[in-house]
Amino acid sequence: MQLFLSSISILLKSTGTTVELTVASIFLGTVVAIFVALGQVYGNLWIKIVATVYERTTRSIPILIIMFMIFFGFPSMGIRFEPFVAAVLALGLRSSAYQSQIFRGSLLAVSKGQILAARSLGMTEIQVFFHVTFPQAIRFSIAPLTNEFTIVLKDTSIAYAIGVTELLREGTYIVSTSYEPLLIYSMCAAIYFVITFGTNKFVSIAEKKFSIPGYEIRGVERA
Amino acid sequence: MNHFIFIFIQALPFLLKGLEFTLELAFISIIVGFGIGMFTAIERVYGGKLAYGFSTAYVEIIRGTPLLVQLFIIYFSLPQIGIHFSPLVASVISFSLNSGAYQAEYIRGAMQSVEKGQMKAAISMGMTKWQAIRLVIMPQALRKVLPSWTNEFVYLVKYTSLAYLVGVPELMAQGEFVASRNFEFMDVFLGVALIYLMVILTITWAFSFVEKRIKIPGV
Amino acid sequence: MKLLEVRNLKKNYGEKEIIKGISFEMEKRETIVVIGPSGTGKSTMLSCINMLTRPNGGEILLNGQDVVKAKSVEKMRQKIGMVFQEFNLFNHLTVLDNVRIGPLKVKKLSKGDATKVALENLMKVGLDSRSEAYPAELSGGQKQRVGIARALAMEPELILFDEPTSALDPELVGEVLEVMRKLAKGGMTMLIVTHEMSFARDIADRIIFMENGYIVEQGTPEKILSHPEKERTRQFLSKFRSGS
Repeated sequence: MQLFLSSISILLKSTGTTVELTVASIFLGTVVAIFVALGQVYGNLWIKIVATVYERTTRSIPILIIMFMIFFGFPSMGIRFEPFVAAVLALGLRSSAYQSQIFRGSLLAVSKGQILAARSLGMTEIQVFFHVTFPQAIRFSIAPLTNEFTIVLKDTSIAYAIGVTELLREGTYIVSTSYEPLLIYSMCAAIYFVITFGTNKFVSIAEKKFSIPGYEIRGVERA
Repeated sequence: MNHFIFIFIQALPFLLKGLEFTLELAFISIIVGFGIGMFTAIERVYGGKLAYGFSTAYVEIIRGTPLLVQLFIIYFSLPQIGIHFSPLVASVISFSLNSGAYQAEYIRGAMQSVEKGQMKAAISMGMTKWQAIRLVIMPQALRKVLPSWTNEFVYLVKYTSLAYLVGVPELMAQGEFVASRNFEFMDVFLGVALIYLMVILTITWAFSFVEKRIKIPGV
Repeated sequence: MKLLEVRNLKKNYGEKEIIKGISFEMEKRETIVVIGPSGTGKSTMLSCINMLTRPNGGEILLNGQDVVKAKSVEKMRQKIGMVFQEFNLFNHLTVLDNVRIGPLKVKKLSKGDATKVALENLMKVGLDSRSEAYPAELSGGQKQRVGIARALAMEPELILFDEPTSALDPELVGEVLEVMRKLAKGGMTMLIVTHEMSFARDIADRIIFMENGYIVEQGTPEKILSHPEKERTRQFLSKFRSGS
């Protein structure tokens, strides 16, 4: 019990790092993903090919390898990153591949007929995008983006491997002095669970509150 | 470029040895995970209150926590209560339990997407509930689940790399081993990435081939 | 001057010729119904008139202005409304916003004016009471009436109807046809593709029979439906005799 109390505050502090890692990676991922998705949907043939190769390749390589390439590999080319920065780059770029897939799917999910109807009213292509395609694509993206958020959150634990003091590494430090791995790792698991479960619940409540008939939440898939 | 090829060829025997472990881990885990997933999905759809409660808790807890933490609990924490596993066995157990929860969700989703009328029709013919599940619902559901299954397998191949962190000599670990000897981190890791890429492209292609072969019009 | 003149219109997709040279004219306030077997280019023709599909040849003149060569396609489309078989309502917008978005964003009316226009037109189709509903909450017939109101709100010179009742359950067809009848009586210029023969007889000033990318014959409903000159027209109509 004593150990539980003394550990919880330390673990919660490093949870801050975990959340920072997550938010920074998702943000980087979103910025890159917007360009990739727009390139895939509206770009010319070459842009489409480059964007697609980037997306497929990034999705096919384990996050641990991406992290190691950035953290251990780049220094041999003279570029050195802090562990935290390397983790954000790795998680963010990997997430951009998944997010671009989400955005592309959402853009294409807006029916062709509605786009024709918007044109028939005399809208320009830009008006069609901002008044019809984009507002709907955003809504289609919410559920899969929430899912992506929890995936990145869980994968921040892999930053443990390059020495970022996030939740799991902090837990390991405590284990190495207390020899209570079962308790400490279970506490870590519980903290992750509360955040992912809480995020999912929060979003689905928010979604219900602001829902539009015809945009019900879809099943959540693993990336 | 020549330099990379040289390093890559030198590392290749080690990497291929590691790849064997990687594929072994992924194969065993997806198959055991499938068994767990089937069982859990059926409990969640047709089970009683208790079965539903347990299976739901299992799925939610696994999906709500990182795979690496699950692996650490099984490999580092269970010895505390007298349960010891080798790195390889601990990894297989973690990955199977993890994959089982996700596969349960895919199978459940697919079962529920088979229309209710099918169950009614089967029972009206005199089939038992179990016969209906086995002969009518599952053959349709499993076809629908195949694309998710491809994803799941690809996911497992990638995430078996975490077994490196508990000391399984799989592909990632072999890469790290070679790189820390010759200090060619970038080239070796690029080589490792390339192997993962080839393997995953092959799997994706193979599954889409199977998918086409067993497709039934309208299902 | 005629409101709409179509001269030798042609459209092909690769080798496949869909429209092989169509010419006809429309007066202001006229209602023309286009009939003919499926897949003979009727919908493609409407799509070309609104430049949603670019024709390969021929001219389309609206009040003497060439639609195909117009500098701003958007400007021309504002004057030509379109009602779709599949409704194509904007799913993320309420009924009111569906109808208001054209006047507001395309014609740049003030919000107050756009709302007024939208509500007036919703009243015309009898749906002003559902203005806060979303498309997913409406029946097919109601959706199509919103589709008509959306087109009307742009105050177009001409409305194209692409099989407006084909996607509807039989019991919902009547309410949509009723709205269209009222529009025709009110003097709206309408070019309608439909398979509803008795409706065509009622509403049309002129009927065009199209087959295989050509106009086979055209004339008053009486002439086309009761005394067609061409054998092909007779054959086509005989399929409807038993039913209606």
